[in-house]
Amino acid sequence: MYTVSKRLKTFSLALIVIGLIGTVYSFMNTPKTIEDVKAMQSTHETHGASHEAVTTHQEKTTHMVPAPHETNMNHETATEDGHNVSHDAHAAHTLHQLKNRPWAAFYVALFFFLGVTLLVLAFYAIQRVAQAGWSIVLFRVMEAITANLLPASIIMFLMIVAAAMHIHHLFPWMAEGTVDPTSPNYDAIIDGKSWWLNIPGWAIRGTVYLIGWNLYRMYIRKHSIAQDNGGTLETHKKGFNISVMFLFFFMISETLMSWDWIMGLDPHWFSTLFGWYIFSSLMVSAITVIAFVTIYLRSKGHLPFVNDSHIHDLAKFMFGFSVFWTYLWFSQFMLIWYANMPEETTYFAMRFNEYKIPFLSMIVMNFIFPILVLMNSDYKGIPWFIVIAGIIILIGHYVDIFIMVMPATVGANWAFGIPEISALLFFLGIFIYTVFNAFAKAKPLATGNPFIKESEEYHYYNIEHREESASEHH
Amino acid sequence: MKSSKVIHAFYKDDEVLVKAVKKVRAANHHIEEVFTPFPVHGLDKALGLAPTRIAIASFLYGLTGLAFAIWMTNYMMIQDWPQNIGGKPSFSWFENMPAFVPIMFELTVFFAAHLMVITFYMRSRIWPFKKAENPDPRTTDDHFLMEIPFDGNETEITSLLEDTGAVEINIVEKH
Repeated sequence: MYTVSKRLKTFSLALIVIGLIGTVYSFMNTPKTIEDVKAMQSTHETHGASHEAVTTHQEKTTHMVPAPHETNMNHETATEDGHNVSHDAHAAHTLHQLKNRPWAAFYVALFFFLGVTLLVLAFYAIQRVAQAGWSIVLFRVMEAITANLLPASIIMFLMIVAAAMHIHHLFPWMAEGTVDPTSPNYDAIIDGKSWWLNIPGWAIRGTVYLIGWNLYRMYIRKHSIAQDNGGTLETHKKGFNISVMFLFFFMISETLMSWDWIMGLDPHWFSTLFGWYIFSSLMVSAITVIAFVTIYLRSKGHLPFVNDSHIHDLAKFMFGFSVFWTYLWFSQFMLIWYANMPEETTYFAMRFNEYKIPFLSMIVMNFIFPILVLMNSDYKGIPWFIVIAGIIILIGHYVDIFIMVMPATVGANWAFGIPEISALLFFLGIFIYTVFNAFAKAKPLATGNPFIKESEEYHYYNIEHREESASEHH
Repeated sequence: MKSSKVIHAFYKDDEVLVKAVKKVRAANHHIEEVFTPFPVHGLDKALGLAPTRIAIASFLYGLTGLAFAIWMTNYMMIQDWPQNIGGKPSFSWFENMPAFVPIMFELTVFFAAHLMVITFYMRSRIWPFKKAENPDPRTTDDHFLMEIPFDGNETEITSLLEDTGAVEINIVEKH
């Protein structure tokens, strides 16, 4: 049985503490009042940045993503008092975005880790439903990774509660008066969508998704360990049936989750393939994470039964889902670009104008790099090669989530600094702590699975196993 | 002096065949050719054949297709007959590039797939109206055939082949 080394435990706890300190620091460091923002802007002015540029900059963002209350406020006040008041409105807008930033940074990392964990669970369920033979030796690794689902879900639940209580303002449709025709903040588009985008419905739905996923994870982990201790074929079939039901629930809840938690940040904009797009991004990250944890544990000698063919298969999935992500990303982009309808193009105009470097480099990291690096079959079985490709893929898909969330919440006031890094470290620490502790709690091999022999003997005919003696294979 | 006679050993199972190939080669016999009704995984390795280079050829064909698609879309849509489609500027290939991506993708796949198949046929020496090379029609049905040059020592080679699980052993004149 595997035991978590002291160093790894200390490392993960250190990550959590550093992340927490950084997050608290970035919350305390946000400007409190409009005066703070004005002071910041005037220091910028004295430092040589032209105030005019900042102003037009803000104006552009406001129009790109019409966060309802801000736009209306601009119109109202600008006509009354002219420049001075509109200046206040810009400062208020900037203040709103700067206040959002630590929340948004935290939310990006939370969504990334929750999504990756969830997709590992879905991939695991797919293996059971497909009755796959090759992957059984990786079952305990996948089960361990899904242990991160519970803490991530709890934090997500707290985020949902915080949003519903107006503690943070990441979702512009939740603002005061958006569905009240008498309010200056009234937004007809949001009002039209209010049968779906309303706080009680949104919060209940989010809670239902989280409970559903966690119930399956709890059940299937128990089931898998019960199989080790003398399960029958009947037990196995029951696990199969539950997994089928979970996948049905997952595909629906994943799509709705992507609308509720990501697309709702831009409530005027919509895309019909958004659920699949999120799915592909999280799926390729999830498989990369499985490969990473597997390679790490194998290098420490805890997974002697995992051979190069298993690694090769994970790399094939990394390659395939990278191409799948590109297909969906491009399908979404091209239709919007070609049709050129203002209500749709705002999404990409914002990202292309204010997020050009992450936007373009993400496509290179998520498409061109994996396709060139992972195309050759010989390289897919080499662990260090997969680690390099995987790091780029994970960064690329983090950036993908980043530019889904940030433009809608902080607009042009984005940066990659202490809030973003701290949030990442915090969730990475939780991930490492829960995953390796969960791995230590069960046998490293799911010996009760009826396909275990097939998995152990799995050999992709086209490659040689490098770390094995010749006698082990015929 | 070497005779032009060859031994045809028949097998009924692909796994038995692969094991037999390894055994025969281990006994220092040269295997001229193996005929199978379907591709057998691992047979090329057992026979000691060099790894295929068709993947590299396919990659290059794909690049050719990509280059052709870029040239073609540029010639048709920008140079020869520029049109205003959906208000998109038709004077720059690069600014119109997203519209051409499906064409680039399709021609990459088209070139890679077709040229790869043609290359495979050429390298395997098969083309329309060619007379089949396989010595026994049963190799297109349920038999596997191993062809070994006959060196004159009949008892030794037949006992070796029988050991490996051959169901039929014939010594025939090669034409």
